[in-house]
Amino acid sequence: MSRKPYIREVPKTSWFFRQPRYMRYMAREVTCIFIGAYALLLVVAVKRLAQGPDAFQGFLDALHSPLGVLFNLAVLVAAVYHSTSWFNVTPQAMPIQRGEEFVPGKMIVGAHYAAWAVVSLIVLIWGV
Amino acid sequence: MAKSNKPIVWGLFAAGGTVTAFVTPALALITLFAAMRFSPGMFTYEHLHAFAANWLGKLIIFGVIMLSLWHAAHRLRVTVHDFGVRSDLVVATIVYMIAAIGTVSAIFSLLSIR
Repeated sequence: MSRKPYIREVPKTSWFFRQPRYMRYMAREVTCIFIGAYALLLVVAVKRLAQGPDAFQGFLDALHSPLGVLFNLAVLVAAVYHSTSWFNVTPQAMPIQRGEEFVPGKMIVGAHYAAWAVVSLIVLIWGV
Repeated sequence: MAKSNKPIVWGLFAAGGTVTAFVTPALALITLFAAMRFSPGMFTYEHLHAFAANWLGKLIIFGVIMLSLWHAAHRLRVTVHDFGVRSDLVVATIVYMIAAIGTVSAIFSLLSIR
């Protein structure tokens, strides 16, 4: 045991400003705040839906505000960033082997983007 | 403590990350349109109530909400640590508590829609 162990100075709260790679990591992680806030909005929406037409109309009226538009816009941006960052690492998260060869990463990512497009289309046709 | 709850929360995080990656952008676009009063009539009480009255609709809504909540809770726990907060037990208790309350609230709301 050395008496003066080397301890690298790392700023606890601002370490991720040092490198673009760390910034991208933090941006990816911070999307969860928007995903979570949006899930809570859905919890409220379902609650108002259960309370009846008037309560749900009140929810829609509250949503129809500059803050409501801004919030949904922010969630949309964060959610798209979450999707792309999530799908781009799928070859590392679940490599697929066919015989001796691994399926190329581009194919796995591409398949996810294609499925994302199909699912989005279905959801939009259902909800708009 | 011999047992760890890590597989459970990590499983929910991974499942939630996948589900939200597929559906949340489109859902946010729908509610953005609704917030802008730009919905040609589908994001209405009648349409959504009919969807939630069906058991399959209930299951889909529950799955999306529950997985979104637990995905965000687990990732927020780690992110708060990355921002320099080291009291993990307090943070974990708060974020998982919020996710649990949201999950239970969604269950009660959905069950009362007939």
